[in-house]
Order: sequence, then C-alpha cells, then structure tokens
Amino acid sequence: MQKEKLLEIKNICKDYGNGPILQDVSLDIEKGEVVVVIGPSGCGKSTLLRCINGLEEIQSGEILLDGEVITGEKTKWNEVRQKIGMVFQSYDLFPHMTVLDNVLLGPLKVQKRDKKEAEAEAEELLKRVGLLEKKDAYPRQLSGGQKQRVAIVRALIMKPEIMLFDEVTAALDPEMVREVLDVMLELAKSGSTMMIVTHEMQFAQAVADRVVFLDSGKILEEGLPETFFTQPKTDRARRFLNTFVFHKQKEKGGEKAL
Amino acid sequence: MDSSTIMMIAEGTWATLYMTLVSTLMGYVLGLPFGIILAVTDKNGIRPNAFVYKILDFIANLIRSIPFLILLILVIPLTRLIVGKSYGSGATIVPLVIAAAPFIARMVESSLKEVDKGVIEAAQSMGAGNFTIIWKVLLGEARTSLLVGVTIAIGTILGYSAMAGIVGGGGLGDIAIRYGYYRREEDIMIVTIVILVVLVQILQGLGMLLSKKLDRRQS
Repeated sequence: MQKEKLLEIKNICKDYGNGPILQDVSLDIEKGEVVVVIGPSGCGKSTLLRCINGLEEIQSGEILLDGEVITGEKTKWNEVRQKIGMVFQSYDLFPHMTVLDNVLLGPLKVQKRDKKEAEAEAEELLKRVGLLEKKDAYPRQLSGGQKQRVAIVRALIMKPEIMLFDEVTAALDPEMVREVLDVMLELAKSGSTMMIVTHEMQFAQAVADRVVFLDSGKILEEGLPETFFTQPKTDRARRFLNTFVFHKQKEKGGEKAL
Repeated sequence: MDSSTIMMIAEGTWATLYMTLVSTLMGYVLGLPFGIILAVTDKNGIRPNAFVYKILDFIANLIRSIPFLILLILVIPLTRLIVGKSYGSGATIVPLVIAAAPFIARMVESSLKEVDKGVIEAAQSMGAGNFTIIWKVLLGEARTSLLVGVTIAIGTILGYSAMAGIVGGGGLGDIAIRYGYYRREEDIMIVTIVILVVLVQILQGLGMLLSKKLDRRQS
C-alpha cells in the first residue's frame, strides 16, 4: 500500500542569532503515523514543533503539509494552523473561560461552526477524556492532568490533520502523567497522526511508530522504537538513553561504565 | 450653611460627577483603541510595527508630559471651538479627555501586556486571527486588570476636574477654590473636600468590587 505523506520537513534551519537551533532537519510524517521526538533538553525538539505551526520562523528549508508549502511568504497561517493541533507543556487554557468555552473558542470564533453542533461535539470529546462533568468549571478548579486533557480536547475539536504535543506531561505530577498519556495512546490507536516530544521513554516506546533522536539541532538517528530503545546506532543516543536507566549499586558495585 | 449654599454644593457635586464620568467614558473611547494598538504593535505584540508604535508612543509621552494645569490653558482655543466657551463643566471635559486618553492608553497597554504569552500562542496555534485574539483573549483575559485601570482613571480624572476649578471649570473644585481660597470660607472648602473624598472612595470601592467579581483566576 502506498503510504501518504502528510507532513514533509525539508532541510530546515533555525537560528535565533546566537548559534543554530535546528540544522538541516528533514523528516517526513505519513498519515496515521505517530512520531516521537526525543533528545536532551535544548536540542531543538520544541523549536521543531513550533516551526511546524509557524510560531517560529525558519531561516531556510521548507515545510509541506498535504504537499503544499506552508513556510512561504504568503502562507495563510490562520488556515494552516487549523489543520495542525498543538498542545503545550503549560496547558495554556484561557483562565477566564469555562472548560466548555475554552474548547469552543476555536470552532465558534475561528471556524465559525454552528453553535449547537460544536457544543455537542465538545461535550462528546470531553466525555471521551472523562471530563464532561467539568465543562462549566474554570481552569483554576482543575488539576494539572485535567487541564492538559482539556487542552487536548481544545486542539482535537478543530479536527486537525496532525497533532503536535510539546512535552505535555513535563509539568505534571507523576500520578497525573498517566491520565494524559492514556488519552494520547487512545488517540494513536484511533489513527490520529501525531508528533510527540516527550521525556517519558516507556510511553515513547509504547506509542511510537517511529522514534527520532535529536541532538544539538540535528537528527542523529531515527528508527523503529523496538530497535532504537534496545540497540541505538549512535553513541550519543546510547548515552542519552542510559540516563534513564538506574542500576542497583550494591550488588553490581557500581562499575557500570557509561 | 443656608439652603442656597447647599444647593450650590449639590450642583457642584453633580457637575463633578458629570465631568468625571463623561470624560472617563470619552477618554476610553479614544484611549482603549490607542492602548490596544500600542500593545499589539509593540515588538513583543501580536503584530509588531515599530513605525506605528513609535509614533503613538511619542504622542502619548508628549501629552502626558504636559502638566494638566498648563494643558487646560493650552487647549482653550480648541475648547472654544468645540463647546463654544472656555469655562464651566461642559468646557472642562475637552482638556480632561485630552489628558485622560493617553494616560488610559498606557494603562490599557500595560494591562494587555500582562496577558500570558502562552495563552496568546495557544489561540494563535488554533488559527485565531488578530481580531479574535484582541477581542477574546487579550481584552477577555485582561479584564480584571482593565477594570482596576478604569478605577484608577476615574480617580485621576476626578482630581484633574477639581484642578480645573482654577480657571472656572465648574464642579466641586471650582467651589473649593472660589470659597475656600479666594473668600476664605473654610467650612465650604472642607465640605467639598469631604464630598470629594467620599466620591473617590465610592467609585474606587465599586470598581474594585466589580473587578474582583469578574476574576475567574481565584476563588
């Protein structure tokens, strides 16, 4: 079966002015594929996601969505962004709006959809993430995990072609991480195209169709999760993965070399 | 105190309230868009435009640096043109609005800049246009801060309106200056001061109450 390319990132470079953040990064994402981007802090993972929906400008290279260049001068970001859902580490819900109003801002004000229909879908999606009874609550009344699930619904209701997740569990208490990851696993199962930046390695292994390892703004390695996590090709990836592994010091005497 | 004095003070109170509230309202008609444009065109705003920002920034600073008493006299020709005379409470509204608008614009600007950048990016990432962001996100999320600004503006304009008493601007300030300063009838001056203090307290209290009621960030 011919796979359909949804997103094509071609040789993009990003520089804030004090050293390159992304250097010649190329990556294709197929429809229905879940790509997990991992790498050390400051390697450019978040910047990569932000470039895809135009929150950051790139200096060279191009990004295509559905075969159309979206990084040109005349890009109508308002239209492109509706096809690219994004969830942020800090949730960024609108504090003065109820959960339902947070979710409805996009469909009503941006997509100008019918209120009844959008409301029904919002409730349906909130039910799916187990938060229907919180629809009239304000963000301050929610836990971090609940806020993040609302943020996911807020992005989903736009019916995006691809969802970008930028370290969405990094600010959460360990117990709340699970409820958010479960929602993402379910999305992956239902066939959503997703690009996920995360530090949750076990989750990455479970959810990913493909893993991309980024370091110092370059893709050092990409591969299937099974092979990447057990037999990384590069030294750098091996060292990075080792930081997540702890060995019992007493029995082994702590001689394990890095 | 005879009944005619009481009448005069009552009328003065009304004139002060009238000048203050009308000037605040008109100040916002000019100052709100002025402030929105400042916040939006700033280099960290949602539509940076150094040229527009610098011009408005300069105008705001220019007017704000003229002491109100001088401005009052400076704009007399304009006041005559608009109102037909340069004394009385109706005429005082003109310099009050001119002085208030840039001051209000600055407060609006700073309120809008307090809105969390992440929340704005969240709106952008769902494809919201600048108009939606200004209307729903910036103004909506900054509303408590904006209301605190309104309260401050009313207090300041009330103070300015009393200053206009020097040139016959009408209202309580006018009475305080004529009776308290020129005629040394201190009891009338004290009454006007008490009324001014009470007015400021009431308006301030109302504003704060309202802004608290509309704040959804804390219980």
